[in-house]
Amino acid sequence: MYRQPAQTSKLLPSKRVVTHRPHVPSPHWLFPGVQVSGELKSSMKRGFVETVDLDNHELGGQVEVGDGQWEAASTSTTAAAVKAPTAKSQVVGWPPVRSTRKKALDLKKSSSKYVKVGADGAPYLRKVDLEMYKSYEELLTALEQMFTSFTISGKYMEQNKKQRQALLVNGILVDECNHYVVTYEDKDGDWLLVGDVPWKMFKESCKRIRLMKSSEAALHPDHI
Amino acid sequence: MLKMASSFPEEVLEHVFSFLQSDGDRNSISMVCKSWYEIERWCRRRIFVGNCYAVSPRILIRRFPDVRSITLKGKPHFADFNLVPEGWGGYVYPWIVALASAYPWLEEIRLKRMVVTDESLELIAKSFKNFKLLVLSSCEGFSTDGLASIAANCRNLQELDLHESDVEDLSGRWLSHFPDTYTSLVSLNIACLGSEVSFSALERLVGRCPNLRSLRLHRAVPLDRLSNLLHRAPQLVELGTGAYSAELRPDVLSNLSSALSACRELKSLSGFWDVVPTYLPAVYSICPGLTSLNLSYAIIQSPDLIKLVSQCPNLQRLWVLDYIEDVGLDALAVSCKDLRELRVFPSDPFVLEANVSLTEQGLISVSEGCPKLQSVLYFCRQMSNEALITIARNQPNFTCFRLCIIEPRTPDYLTLEPLDVGFGAIVEHCKDLTRLSVSGLLTDRAFEYIGTYGKKLEMLSLAFAGDSDLGLHHVLSGCDNLRKLEIRDCPFGDKALLANAAKLETMRSLWMSSCSVSYGACKLLGQKLPRLNVEVIDERGHPASRPESLPVEKLYIYRSVAGPRFDMPNFVWTMDENSALRLT
Repeated sequence: MYRQPAQTSKLLPSKRVVTHRPHVPSPHWLFPGVQVSGELKSSMKRGFVETVDLDNHELGGQVEVGDGQWEAASTSTTAAAVKAPTAKSQVVGWPPVRSTRKKALDLKKSSSKYVKVGADGAPYLRKVDLEMYKSYEELLTALEQMFTSFTISGKYMEQNKKQRQALLVNGILVDECNHYVVTYEDKDGDWLLVGDVPWKMFKESCKRIRLMKSSEAALHPDHI
Repeated sequence: MLKMASSFPEEVLEHVFSFLQSDGDRNSISMVCKSWYEIERWCRRRIFVGNCYAVSPRILIRRFPDVRSITLKGKPHFADFNLVPEGWGGYVYPWIVALASAYPWLEEIRLKRMVVTDESLELIAKSFKNFKLLVLSSCEGFSTDGLASIAANCRNLQELDLHESDVEDLSGRWLSHFPDTYTSLVSLNIACLGSEVSFSALERLVGRCPNLRSLRLHRAVPLDRLSNLLHRAPQLVELGTGAYSAELRPDVLSNLSSALSACRELKSLSGFWDVVPTYLPAVYSICPGLTSLNLSYAIIQSPDLIKLVSQCPNLQRLWVLDYIEDVGLDALAVSCKDLRELRVFPSDPFVLEANVSLTEQGLISVSEGCPKLQSVLYFCRQMSNEALITIARNQPNFTCFRLCIIEPRTPDYLTLEPLDVGFGAIVEHCKDLTRLSVSGLLTDRAFEYIGTYGKKLEMLSLAFAGDSDLGLHHVLSGCDNLRKLEIRDCPFGDKALLANAAKLETMRSLWMSSCSVSYGACKLLGQKLPRLNVEVIDERGHPASRPESLPVEKLYIYRSVAGPRFDMPNFVWTMDENSALRLT
């Protein structure tokens, strides 16, 4: 049997109040990759495992592991203190609900919000479902993919990721020759620059989207 | 002994063996003596391969020359929850190629969690003249084009079941590929498809197949079309509706009611997407005959659910969303005394706050009121040791107990203690328990109970539980019949695994992800146990590029007589005696 290293029980008291805070609303299982394992201070002797007193039990004798040729594997830890709540990404595969089931229920519950998207120089309008995206970056990346002349080359993306992020956030898409300003028409009929208000607010008030060449955007009467 | 064995002509022995269908019995016969081994292998017709990488097609075909039915399983169970990366494996094509040349009289293929391409389906369609049954359960990689090949070529097809597969749905035209002369359909399950099919083609197909017993439609078939189909197939035993909604017209309800009441053999209902509750009464007339009801996609509130289940006294299996709530489960416990299996799925699994009033109480009621209940899958947000002890005492007949408390590491909500004692009661009282999934806050003590009492356990699923290697050691050393063990996010490391290495050869497979097993230990296991495939799955790059003591992301260990496989993607490595030498 095993000796339960002292450190383990110290770090993981049976009450476990450390890991479960009922009064904190955000679920801690939303943290990616949380492991609250103790530091197993190894020292497994070659070929033997020490005996242990399991709480009230007495387990005598020593157990020989294998044929003595086992190397003492230095047990590692899985790092990680509990991270502060991010409330962002979910743990993969938890709760264990199959994706077919998730999809089927999602389809029923979520509404879709399709808005028209036009771009200067593009002969056809497109439509996007704003409910499909969780942030401006996701939407603008999708728009980028939709209007292929705006696709940024791989090299550009790698080297200028930060710059590109900044541009995306400010509602500007870039292609080789033009800057496009992403604007939208809100419920009141006004044309605004994408990116100023929180995403959810934008989603609710956006009626249509237009990608304007920045040279023209400056001249557009509504933008003065 | 030898004299006796050889004094029976082979034909007589073959005839005797034909009464033994289970694989276990067949394996036992074949070990009696050489001549029995020979006779048995020539007359075994059904093969079950629980892990497609445990044996190779060549080895199978060499031993069993005349097989008519084969079942193959591919990816580990946790693939259902996206824990197995895309491209891991489970390709069926090499199997189909081998089977096509060795078994021209093959009639049945059942696949689970395998990657099936259109090419594979085409090969099946062209290779087996008497092909009768194709079940693709949780498979992926194929499109409706592949289905068109099957429909067009398999003249004797009786069963086509796409159970929860991920199909690339290009169009609904594939259904029209069943020729007009084709009349042998017995069972069709297309519930997982998305595209509309030609309703007239579907009606004609249903109408010309007099032996049709099971029809599971997909969401794109609206309710007003259902009546027409049912009129053509009143002999149905199993029905999966399409979308259970239509524009509110006065005739829809009456048409549907009369169509359904004409189906006097109907025992099983499923489907029920997009339910409009107004149309629920249409099924009331057949409720008394129902043994199986799958409402797990149906958004129906508990009052309507209660009305429904109260009319199903013969119900044996119920799958439902947690909208049923405790009050609905109370009603179930009163009305459905023959219930054997209950699954309660979460309607909103990603929110912390309970959106419905479903607690441990519902499960207690059912365990009290339904004496034949054997199999449970239950998602809830709170549990107590007291409740689990009560449930265990009420229902010692559980063979399958899967409890999922939605937030990991949730303690007993009354005492804030771990749920060790509660699960301990489950394994102690339920002596025939073969499958167990645990959740909530659990220490190594819980595993001590499981190891001590879970002697018949064959499959165990653990997540976010335990304190140390001791926990894993209890399970590996105590559960004598363990075949499949799957673990995620538990602090189990090298010690328990290495100490119980020999145990791994007695199991089908072990999955561990986000645990503490080091690369060094994996290498060791792979080197010392040649009959195990020790697969390290790590999307961060080859583990040799990091210190050996660091844990691997995921680990999949399974026994195999086929040796390491060669179809792995670049983030999976098999540990064996060459792994130290092999280049990344």
